[in-house]
Amino acid sequence: MAGDVEAGPRLLVGTRKGAWVLEGDAERSTWTTHGPMFLGHIAHHLVLDPRDRRTLLLAASTGHLGPTVFRSTDLGGTWSEASAPPAFAAGDPLERSLRAVFWLSPGHADEPGCWYAGGSPQGLFRTEDGGDTWAPVAGWNDHPSWSTWAEWPEEGTPDGSMLHSVIVDPRDPAHLYLGLSGGGVFESTDGGGDWAPLNAGSVATFLPDPDAPFGHDPHCVRLHPLRPDRLYQQNHCGIYRMERPEGRWQRIGDNMPADIGDIGFPIELHPRDPDTAWVFPMDGTDVWPRTSPDGRPAAYVTRDAGDSWTRCDRGLPEKAWYTVKRQAMAVDDRDPAGVYFGTTSGELWASADEGASWTAIASHLPEIYSVECADPA
Amino acid sequence: MRVRIPTPLRSYTGQRSVVDAEGSTVAEVLADLDRRFPGLRFRVVDEQARLRQHVNVFVNQERTRDLTTRLGPDDELTIMQALSGG
Repeated sequence: MAGDVEAGPRLLVGTRKGAWVLEGDAERSTWTTHGPMFLGHIAHHLVLDPRDRRTLLLAASTGHLGPTVFRSTDLGGTWSEASAPPAFAAGDPLERSLRAVFWLSPGHADEPGCWYAGGSPQGLFRTEDGGDTWAPVAGWNDHPSWSTWAEWPEEGTPDGSMLHSVIVDPRDPAHLYLGLSGGGVFESTDGGGDWAPLNAGSVATFLPDPDAPFGHDPHCVRLHPLRPDRLYQQNHCGIYRMERPEGRWQRIGDNMPADIGDIGFPIELHPRDPDTAWVFPMDGTDVWPRTSPDGRPAAYVTRDAGDSWTRCDRGLPEKAWYTVKRQAMAVDDRDPAGVYFGTTSGELWASADEGASWTAIASHLPEIYSVECADPA
Repeated sequence: MRVRIPTPLRSYTGQRSVVDAEGSTVAEVLADLDRRFPGLRFRVVDEQARLRQHVNVFVNQERTRDLTTRLGPDDELTIMQALSGG
C-alpha cells in the first residue's frame, strides 16, 4: 500500500466499547481523534481493505446480541450491516454457534472483495462480496479433525477460544495459514479445502507431549510479504521464526534477555525489511499477570531475524501495569516505519522512529483490542 | 401482534420501541420481524435456532426460552436483554 506523501497514516482502533480513528499528519507528530463509532459495541477488529483503500470492515458484537460485521465503503462516512454475517451452518452437527467475529483478514490482491473472518468458537468464514454476505469455509469448519484440533468443547478460558492470524500467501491465493488460540498453527494449500498442523519445533509446556503435532497456543502469526517463505510467531510459549518450506519453528525468543523472557501477545513486521520485527513482552511467570515484566513497559525489536533484540522504552512510563493484546500493535509503511500499540488501559502509543522513542497519542479510551494502520485513498 | 423492542435493537426498527409482527409461535414472529427489519433476528437467535444466552423473551408476563411457544393474536411479545457486567 503506497503511502500518500501529503497525508499521514490513520490508525483504526477497536476497543471494548466502540471504535475510534486517529488521523496523523505527514510528520506523524500531530494526531486528530475521530469517534467513537458504534459506542458500546465490542469492536474486535477494524480493518481497511488494502485493495480499494476505501472499504472498512468492523467485527462487532455487544454483550447481549449476536455477532456481526458492519461495513463502510466510504471510509466510515456511512455504515451498513452485513446482510448475511459470519455464522456456522444451520443444523451444524456440533451445534456450534458463533459468539464473536474475532479477526478480519483481507483476501489476496487478485481476489477483490474476498475477506476471511476468524471466530470464537474457532470457525473460519469467507466473503467474496466485500463483507456483505459470508459463508462458512467448510474445509475448515467441517474438517474431520476440527473438533480435535480446535478447543472444543470450549474449555472456558477467560476470553474464550479464538481463530486468528488468517494469512494469505501473496504469491498464491490458495495458500493459507491460520492460528488457533489454543490449537496451533495450520496450513492449507488448496484454498481452505484441507488443512494440516504446522507446529513442529514450537513448545507447548501445558501439554503432556512436548512434541505434540497440535494443541499449541500461537498468539499472533505474521508472514513477511516481501519474503513469503518466512513466518514469525509470538506464542504463549515463546517467539519463533520459520523458514519454508522446511516448516520447523526456531525459538528466536531464546535470544531475548533472560529477565524479560519471550512471552507476549503481538508480533509485528517491518514493511520493507523481513529481518526486523517488534514484540511487546509480558510477564508469563507465576499466575501470568500478562503485564510488562517488572511493570516496566517496553517493546523489543530485532534487526537480524531474531538473533538479537534491543529494548525500546524511551518515552514510555517507568511503571505501568497494562497489557498489549495480539491485535493491538501495528506498523505503518512510512520511512522510517511508525510503530504503534494500544493498551488494556486505553492508551495509544506511537513511535515515528521505528521504536526508538514513544509518545502517547490518545488516552482514556476503553480497553484497546486492536490497532491497524491504514492509508486511505 | 405487538412486539416490544429493547434499545439495542431499535437501530433495526427505526428507533421504534413497539412494532407489529405476525406469527403463531415465537419463532414465526421473530422470522416475520426479520422480514420487516432485516438482520434483527440473528442478533437475538443463533444459527442453531436457539435464543441467545443474554436475551430474554416474554409472552405477556411469562418468560420463555422455547421458540415453539404458541401465540394468540392478542398476546404481546417483549424482547429484553439480560444486562450484566460493565
